[in-house]
Parts: sequence; structure tokens; C-alpha cells
Amino acid sequence: MTSLSTRLKGRSELGVAALLGAVGALVLFDAARLVVPYSQSDPVGPKALPIIVGSLLLVCAVMLAVNVLRGGHGEAEAGEDIDLSHPADWRTILPLAGAFIANILLIDWAGWVISGTVLFWGSVWALGSRHYVRDGLIALALALLTFYGFYLGLGIALPAGLLEGIL
Amino acid sequence: MDILSSLMDGFATALTPMNLLYALIGVLLGTAVGVLPGIGPAMTVALLLPVAMVLEPTSAFIMFAGIYYGGMYGGSTTSILLNTPGESSSVITAIEGNRMAKAGKAAQALATAAIGSFVAGTIGTALLVVFTPIVVEFAVSLGSPSYFAIMVLALLAVTAVLGASRLRGFASLGLGLAIGLVGIDSVSGQRRLTFGQPLLADGLDIVVIAVAIFAVGEALWVAAHLRRTPLQIIPVGRPWMGKQDWKRSWKPWLRGTAFGFPFGALPAGGAEIPTFLSYVTEKRLSKHPEEFGKGAIEGVAGPEAANNAAAAGTLTPMLALGLPTNATAAVMLAAFTQFGIQPGPLLFENEGPLVWALIASLFIGNTLLLLVNLPLAPVWAKLLRLPRPYLYAGILFFATLGAYSVNLQAFDLVILLVVGALGFMMRRFGLPVLPLILGLILGPRIEKQLRQTLQLSAGDVSGLWSEPIAVVVYIIVALVLAWPLLFKAWRRMRPRTAVAVGGGTVAAGPAAGGPTAERPTAERTTAVSPGQAAAADGKTTDANTADATPANHGQEKS
Repeated sequence: MTSLSTRLKGRSELGVAALLGAVGALVLFDAARLVVPYSQSDPVGPKALPIIVGSLLLVCAVMLAVNVLRGGHGEAEAGEDIDLSHPADWRTILPLAGAFIANILLIDWAGWVISGTVLFWGSVWALGSRHYVRDGLIALALALLTFYGFYLGLGIALPAGLLEGIL
Repeated sequence: MDILSSLMDGFATALTPMNLLYALIGVLLGTAVGVLPGIGPAMTVALLLPVAMVLEPTSAFIMFAGIYYGGMYGGSTTSILLNTPGESSSVITAIEGNRMAKAGKAAQALATAAIGSFVAGTIGTALLVVFTPIVVEFAVSLGSPSYFAIMVLALLAVTAVLGASRLRGFASLGLGLAIGLVGIDSVSGQRRLTFGQPLLADGLDIVVIAVAIFAVGEALWVAAHLRRTPLQIIPVGRPWMGKQDWKRSWKPWLRGTAFGFPFGALPAGGAEIPTFLSYVTEKRLSKHPEEFGKGAIEGVAGPEAANNAAAAGTLTPMLALGLPTNATAAVMLAAFTQFGIQPGPLLFENEGPLVWALIASLFIGNTLLLLVNLPLAPVWAKLLRLPRPYLYAGILFFATLGAYSVNLQAFDLVILLVVGALGFMMRRFGLPVLPLILGLILGPRIEKQLRQTLQLSAGDVSGLWSEPIAVVVYIIVALVLAWPLLFKAWRRMRPRTAVAVGGGTVAAGPAAGGPTAERPTAERTTAVSPGQAAAADGKTTDANTADATPANHGQEKS
């Protein structure tokens, strides 16, 4: 038991294998549900590719799990602004995701100008800027500019929401 | 087909004031996103797709062409001034160019990169003009079995050859193919993976998926590991080169072009291998080998030319066969489909004026890049100082806007977040992004070819290898797949090299015993060595040097 738990420690990558397995099983399950009468004009049918893809995912899931348990690991992606020496900073990601979700909930009801402002302002705050007023003004300006830019320039009417009639 | 007159017609279309303006916008936008960390040309094209739908297709593609070449140019500016390469093909530039910049020769490094890019891009585009019609002539004679085989080759080659881990590449490919399955099957009318959701019946929009994987995934990933200490940016004036620099640069430019174009045109050549080959060649041929690792101008000129020539080469299979081999080409292919244009060998016949205008605009874009960017280099350097909270908040803002404006439904934003989380996970655990995007875009087309093939052969499996080209392609596929086994056999025969090779690959040790072995290929292992050499030579072995090793496993910046 202890050997199992030490082997599992730091193996969060097994979650990836689990996800691959789940998606693979889902694809196969969905393919099994399809009922296809044999037809001369389409001998392959809609089932063939899902079965191949599902099997590929299941095989990858198993092989990845084996690879990870044997000590293999994927290299995290590097980049200009990325500092891999500290662990993932969830205090940045969660508020960022929160701002994103707030936008999804608000966009149809309150309109793009409000939800976009919330999205940008919230994201900037989550990423560490503390110039509340300046950030708010930039966010509002961006949201207004894109709203009118899309409407006048592209003919795409983003939702006006609560501000309908004012904008 | 008279190529020259078609090309001249293309120039006539591309040189109208409006189209020139779009080319200029594309070039500036492309350079800006190439310079900025976190965003790249593929994502920019994806974000602009909904906006571009109101344009003429020709104008849209002229703009995309500018973004494509501009992004390549901007990437080299960043790696010279920052020493942290944004894409794997700029790794070499980062090593040598940054050493030059630190030695006070930033202007010359930028100049040789810019002029070399122009030379390579122009020659590469000329080669594209010569070779693409030949490939098309050959390609129109091919039937479904050959196409099916070629597409399988492209998918497997990109998955198996590029990137650090074949296993993780295939996992990514599987995910992409699965996403591509969602929606109503066009032949049988059956709903696949829709779970009774009417919103999923039309399938997942490629724009939404591409923006989610590239933009949202990247922004979340960077946010999790944001560098809190400001990067050291080397100040720069206007790029220029002395007589001696010209003398030392022009041969590497030409040799780099010769390496880059063929690799770019191959299904899985990529830009990484030719830049490295060019670097090694220049080091061997140089009269100043002692300068390498300390800022030799040849080491910037050659790889930069190779990088840009590869970018031009990539467009050959894209235009002639409808086969994308890098992320930007894949998104451009998706754009063709959105405009209702069928990609493939008939593209030249059906959409001749558009394709030739696109090719002409590549020449124009290249020239614009040189004219505009030499004086603008200090401005781009300033762009690097943009506060990161604004940059990444802006990426999320425009990603949301772009994805929402496709269908104006909030449901797409939910997809954007979920797939963005997937993109985050892939970056965390080293799953390459490119196979997913190619699987998503090529998956439906592969299925169509497969069904046509077996329809023609009335369900007989032997129909798959009924054409000689198909047989040849399957043999290449087998070789690509068997490559690690062959490599292992070769290593067993030469145990001494095995030690040297094994030492360079981090994950090879524990994994090499089973079929799940990490791919310890010669290219990858050796690609690390210039970085190590630079680290050993350099007197200022700061923390940044470690970043210059190619840690982003074959992914280009999206």
C-alpha cells in the first residue's frame, strides 16, 4: 500500500491518462449506439472512424499510464513569460476563470459592454495589476470600442443588454 | 498553364490600393503578435476569421499572408532582444542572436535576421511558384485512395516526427479527431457525440476550438507561471550592417534557404530541423568558429533564412494538396473552408485568381516587412515592455470576442472555457498542440476520402492500395512508424554513441525499455548541444541561458 501511494505521488499526469481513457470510452460508447443499415453506397458507414479514434485514445491512455508509472513525464511548455521554477499559481488562475465565467453569465443579459468590462477588469486584477480606476477606464473603453467597431465596421450586433437604447 | 502571366495577374490584384492596405495591416499585425509573447500568427488568423468573413476572400487571404510572414519576423526580434525563444524554430536565433545583442551588436543581429528573412522569403516564394504547379499537375491525377494515404501520412508524420514524445503526440491527435467527430455525419445523417444537444449538431466551430486551444489555453498557462521579475530587454536603435557583416551574411542566407524550403515542403519537415542543420553547417564552414556561442553573425543569418524558407515551403503542400503542416497553415485551410472554397489540387483551377493574388502578396508582404520593419525595430522593442496583466487580459478579451462573434451564442463561450482548460492541461503535461489542430481539421476530410475509396471498390478493402502512389505512401508511413525501432537497433550496434545520445534526453532512461519509449532521435538530442555549448562558453551564465534550450518540444508559437 505504501509503495503504491509513493508511486502515485507526483503522478498527476495519470489524470491525463484517465481523461484520455474517458474520452475514448465515450467515443466508443457513442459509436455503439449508432444503428446503421448496410448500404452499398457507403460501405464504411459512420461507425468506422469513431471506433478507430476511440481505440486510439484507449491505447494511448493505457500506454501513457504505463509510461508515467515507469517514471516518464511530459515536459511542461516553456515561453518568454513563463517561469517554471514556481508551482502553478492557483490564486491567479481561479479569479481569472471567475472573470471568464462572469462574462459568460452576463453577456446575454447585461450586454457585451458591461460583461466585457467585467472580463477585462477582472482579468487584469487577477493577473496582478492594482490600478483600479485606470484599469476600469481601459476596460470600459475597450468594450465600447469593440461594440461600436463591430456594429459599424462589420455589421455584427453584439448584445446591448441592459444598456439597450442608451448605446 | 502560363505561370508567369497568372502571377502577373496576381500582382495586378494584390497591388490595388485596398489590397495593399490589407497587406500592410497584415504585416504590421503579424509582426506585433510575433513580437508579443503568448500570441502568434495561428491564433491571430483564427481570431480574425469572423472579422475577415465580411471581406472579399482575396483581401482576407492577402492579410493572412502578411500575418504569416510577419509573425515569423517578429519572433526573431523577440529572441534576439530577450533570449527566450517564443517558438522552437527561433531557438538557435535566441542563442547566437542574443549573444550578439549582449555584445552590443543588436542592430547588426536584427539587420541580418531581417534581410536574411527577406532573401529567404523571396527565394522561397519563387520556389513555391515553380514547384506548386508541378505538384498540382501530379496531384490532379490522384484518386481517393492516394489522397487518403497522403493525409494519413501527414497526420502520422506530424504526430510522430515533431515533438518530444510520440505517445503524447498520438494522445493529442486522438483528442483532435474526437472533437472533429462531433456533429451530424454528412453521409448518413446520424448524430455523433452530440448527447442530444441541438447546439452540438452542427459540430464544434473550428474558430472556437482553435481560439480556445491557442489563446485561452496559453493565457491560462502563462497566468499560472507568470514571471514576476521583469525580463531584461536589450535596447536597440535602427538596425544596420557594415560591409564586413554583409560579407559574412550572404552565403549563410542562401545556404539557410536551401535547407529550409525542402524541409518546409515535406509533410513533417517543420522549421526546427533545418535551422539546426544550417547552424551546424555555418559553424563548420565559418572562418571564425571561435565566435560561435559568443555571437557569430553567421549563426543568426543562416538559421533565420532557413526558418523563413521553411515557412514558404509549408505553403506548397497547403496550396497544392490542401495539406497543412503547421498551425498557421491549418487555420488558413480552415479559412478556405469557411469561405466555401474547396482546398485541394483543384484550387488552382477553380480559384486561380485568388491563389495567384495570395502568392503575389507573399512577395509584396516580404518587401513590406523589410521596408517597414527596419525603421520600426525600436518600436517593436518597446512593445516588449507592455505590462503583462494588460497583455494577457487583452488576449482573453479578444479571444472571447472572436469566439462569441461567430454565432453570437454564450454556449460557445462555455466550449471556449472547457477546451481552453484542455489546452492548459496539454501545456502542463507536454502534449503537443499541433496534432490536435491537424486532427480536428483533417479528420473529417480523411473520413470522406476513406468512404469514397471503399465506395469505389464496393466495400473491398484492397481498394485502399489500388493506386501505386498509395502503396508508396504506405511504405513511407511504415518507415515513419518503425523509425524508433530502427533507431534502437542502430544504437545497440554502436554502444558508444548510445551513451552520448542517451545522456542528452531526459526521459529516455526509464522509458526506453518498453514500446512507450520517448523519442530519442538524433535531431532532438543534438539540438540541445548548442544551448549547452552556449551555457558553457558564456561568462554570464545567468538563469536566462537555461531558457534557451528547446524545452517547448517542437511546438511553434501559435
